[in-house]
Amino acid sequence: MKMLLYLSEAIIPLLLLYIVGTGLVKKQNVYEDFLTGAKSGIKTAVQLLPTLIGLMVAVGVLRASGFLDFLSELLGKLLGGLGTTTELLPIALVKMVSSSAATGLLLDLYKQFGTDSFLGLAASIMLSCTETIFYTMSVYFMAAKVTKTRYTLAGALFSTIVGIVSSVLIAKLMVS
Amino acid sequence: MNYLWGGMILLGVVYGAISGNLQEVTEAAISSAQEGVSLCITMVAVLAFWSGIMEIAQKIGLLKKMEQIMEPVISFLFPQVPKGHPARGHIATNMIANIFGLGSAATPAGLSAMEELKTLSDPEDRPAIASDAMCDFLIINISSLQLIPVNIIAYRSQYGSANPSAIVGPAIVATLISTVAAVLFIKIRRIFFGKRNIL
Repeated sequence: MKMLLYLSEAIIPLLLLYIVGTGLVKKQNVYEDFLTGAKSGIKTAVQLLPTLIGLMVAVGVLRASGFLDFLSELLGKLLGGLGTTTELLPIALVKMVSSSAATGLLLDLYKQFGTDSFLGLAASIMLSCTETIFYTMSVYFMAAKVTKTRYTLAGALFSTIVGIVSSVLIAKLMVS
Repeated sequence: MNYLWGGMILLGVVYGAISGNLQEVTEAAISSAQEGVSLCITMVAVLAFWSGIMEIAQKIGLLKKMEQIMEPVISFLFPQVPKGHPARGHIATNMIANIFGLGSAATPAGLSAMEELKTLSDPEDRPAIASDAMCDFLIINISSLQLIPVNIIAYRSQYGSANPSAIVGPAIVATLISTVAAVLFIKIRRIFFGKRNIL
């Protein structure tokens, strides 16, 4: 496992070494290529600015209003019969709109219940197998200048919910 | 997207008014806009760096190689994207980077993939409507492809886990399940609603 962590630390430097090294061997003008790419990257990022502001404002307003807490409490009550998932729902919901906020909740949960408890395990797996739907959709569709997203949200929600349910089931298997 | 964004704002304001959090909502609106700007500054740096590296990678034929490795997967998932189209290389790079947890490298490739997919759909007829390939690509992307959740392992060891990496196997299984669910979704949708295809 140490090896794996070391590898994941080294993967980007190694990738850089390989790409730039091969470029030099192939007598490419690597610096010029880098600048060309960087220029288009900056252009893309600047075009994303309105999207990012819009995104953060919507998420921020929703969080500050207390609605997310209310919703997860409500869902927790509705699904209370299904077991100890009340603490997990807020994380699952928040992760759909904001990754950093979900990480904050994950760390709270670690502190409160421990990393290796059922909840700690379930939340860890859940955050590993889901993505920030709202963020990814906004940014990617912005790049294509698309406003009608058709069935994307339905599909994304479907796979996310399947991921969340399987995380809980897998965590149950791990502690039993 | 329109209704999602509008809905989030309306819900926030209405619920904030009901629960007496209007002051917080006001503050959050402005401070979140600032967060958006600082996020964008981070994105400028990350996208500039990775797009620069990707440009070199493209010149040395690395993107072509990734496309070849992912060829069967891409042909299966995106049959409507013709062979040799640049979108394929970007999709392949995005997926490989995601699998290895290089989220920041995946983003520029993913955005280029979306731009390239855009050139495939009929731009004059339906300028703002997502094509099937775009929707399918995003659904797969959002289903999460990352195999080793390095950041989660790091948090777990930071918070005193006896075995931080115990979740690696389970996380791989859960990621596979959610990705299979995404693939099933796009395939089944195509069977039932395929006639209304927008390329």
